[in-house]
Amino acid sequence: MSTESIALTAVHQPSRPFGVVLHSWVTTVDHKRLGILYILYAVLFLVIGGVEATIMRIQLIVPHNHFVSPQFFNQMFTMHGTTMIFFVAMPMVFGFGNYLVPLMIGARDMAFPRVNAWSFWLTAFGGFLLYFSFVGGYGLYGAGAAPDVGWFAYAPLTAKVFSLGHSTDFWTLGLLVAGFGSIGAAVNFVATIFCLRCPGMTLGKMPLLVWLDLVMAVLVILAVSPLTAAQVMLALDRFLGAHFFDTQAGGSAVLWMHFFWIFGHPEVYVLVIPCFGFASEIIPVFSRKPIFGYPIMVAASVAIAFISMSVWAHHMFTVGMNSYGNTFFAMTTMAISVPTGIKIFNWLGTMWGGKLIFKTPMLFCIAFLFQFLIAGLTGIMLSAAPFNWQLSASYFVVAHFHYVIVGAILITIFAAFYYWFPKMTGRFYNETLGKVHFWLFVIGFHLTFDFMHIPGLLGMPRRIYTYEPGRGWEIWNLIVTIGVFFQIAGTLVFVGNLLYSMFKGRPAGNDPWDAWTLEWSASSPPPEYNFASIPIVNSRRPLWDIKHPEDPDWQYE
Amino acid sequence: MSTVAHTSAPIETQWSLPYKGQVGMLALIAAESAIFTIFVVAYIFYIGKSLFGPTPREVLELPIFASICLLSSSLTIHAAGGALRKASLGAFRLWWFVTLALGSIFLIATGREWYHLIYEKGLTISTNLFGTTYYSLVGLHAFHVTVGLIGLFTILLLALFGKIHQEHSKNVDTFAMYWHFVDVVWIVVFTVVYIIGR
Repeated sequence: MSTESIALTAVHQPSRPFGVVLHSWVTTVDHKRLGILYILYAVLFLVIGGVEATIMRIQLIVPHNHFVSPQFFNQMFTMHGTTMIFFVAMPMVFGFGNYLVPLMIGARDMAFPRVNAWSFWLTAFGGFLLYFSFVGGYGLYGAGAAPDVGWFAYAPLTAKVFSLGHSTDFWTLGLLVAGFGSIGAAVNFVATIFCLRCPGMTLGKMPLLVWLDLVMAVLVILAVSPLTAAQVMLALDRFLGAHFFDTQAGGSAVLWMHFFWIFGHPEVYVLVIPCFGFASEIIPVFSRKPIFGYPIMVAASVAIAFISMSVWAHHMFTVGMNSYGNTFFAMTTMAISVPTGIKIFNWLGTMWGGKLIFKTPMLFCIAFLFQFLIAGLTGIMLSAAPFNWQLSASYFVVAHFHYVIVGAILITIFAAFYYWFPKMTGRFYNETLGKVHFWLFVIGFHLTFDFMHIPGLLGMPRRIYTYEPGRGWEIWNLIVTIGVFFQIAGTLVFVGNLLYSMFKGRPAGNDPWDAWTLEWSASSPPPEYNFASIPIVNSRRPLWDIKHPEDPDWQYE
Repeated sequence: MSTVAHTSAPIETQWSLPYKGQVGMLALIAAESAIFTIFVVAYIFYIGKSLFGPTPREVLELPIFASICLLSSSLTIHAAGGALRKASLGAFRLWWFVTLALGSIFLIATGREWYHLIYEKGLTISTNLFGTTYYSLVGLHAFHVTVGLIGLFTILLLALFGKIHQEHSKNVDTFAMYWHFVDVVWIVVFTVVYIIGR
């Protein structure tokens, strides 16, 4: 082996004028730069979506509050949901996937670099189109308006008669454009993972993150395409006077619900499956053990993807399906918790008996395990149709899915940020600030989302603008809003830490965590071509084999 | 840099992976199939639910000739691919031109059918649910045919200027996969719109 090459640093480039640098970023087709663009874009929208959430929570902090108008409140929950799903979570997991997949499989780029750039710019353009509604919602006469139909935009709210002006048009066109970007990115992931693996890396030797990104890409192809089709129908309804969801002409509002949730539920798994991948990379490295039950982890991921295509109507129990429909969707929803539970046991099995190192990424992964478990348990509660009839569209549901999206997805994204930050920038983050971020955010998260379950159980519906005093909701709403400020503080520490460390952090070297996957063999940050010579691997932990030639993994796999 | 190369482990002697163009095209076809599935489901769901006329039985005629043209273009593009693999460029250009011609006949026939429906039968996308689902499903397919024709035409031009050779047959075959997909979708659309829906 050769440690000196693992310690090589990146070539120093002379500084260039800003215009040249900007041009090189806008026209780039390099998977690492596009990955970083995706991530920065997602962080921008994370801040915007966070501001929208904060506005809603301030409005709900006390009864009869008039912080914003009811109309503006409707726009806020619509834009918050749409932004966080389509323009934060998806670009974030695509960004990390873009950056890491070619490095992890020993390739020099994605399969179709120009399609990659095209996909990113479509996604970016979709987001800007959506936000242009704030100035252009009623045309350009003056006051604009953002979409206010909710993030799942049920018909007939979206019909021309009920949604005047162009705000809903911006919503449907923005998501249509971003959807094409997502499909392009997913096609690229599939082709890259199947066709560009370095010699020796069979499917069974890929890092788990690559496996999970493959499963994610297949789900995007199968789930985002129906949404794209439904958005085309909605656009036809709104622009050409078609009647797909026009109940006045015999169209069906329930059909939109089915089409939306055929996308909507697998979408949750599109977002969380790459996050399983982050946890599956980070937990072994900080437990100093290989992942426990690799084949079962792969099988469970594929099973989750498969089952997730058949659970969508559990969002529609209150619409009124027959008992067979209710039973089927309750059963499939409960069934999906089996492979998910297997994964949690495997992560615990990896940590069991390991030499745990409590660095910031590991702390976030441990929080993920606890919080994802609770999110799953409330999910099983909601899968029981009679229970769901009582609590559907209440704050209990809001608390449940934020437990998944913040408590599992965002938390593991933070872990991924800290874990791969040294690779992307060549410098360490500040460990103390990382831990401050962790504790502030976890305390804030639990203040907000633990206590949000209770007003839901007490009957507080989601999306209400304000509420009467004396229903027992006040104290819980107060605590929930206080938690938000802890989360904001934590996020500010996070952004400050990364910005500071990007310039002033301690140099990290190529392999700061003594990790085992191929990306840590390249310099930090990696050169444009990633690998001077294409690596050859023999096991799931190629760097372990190099570091321990006396006891390589391939003897046992 | 990076140095994972030298090791004494048993390296598999053969390392071949599938061609990325074909895998990418298959993934794209999977996405397109999902899109068409939603439109087909909407079509079937709304059969007979129109509140006003005209009904499919009153206005639709079976496009037998156009369908034969489109489906046989799958055979001619297959023949073109075979000719290119054997490096007989003349045969390739001929078969490719025939494919383009057959596809164009289909698109013209669709245009004539729409003209007939719009100007003589008064059926538009906003007339009733039948019009809505018919124009969107058939139109989505016609859009894919149009994209295919543009691709066919581009490759024909390249071939006429002598830019297509035997070594491009993998790329040409990848494009042919798309064209086969468009034909297969037509079988589904034909069955749903002209047989079940009528």
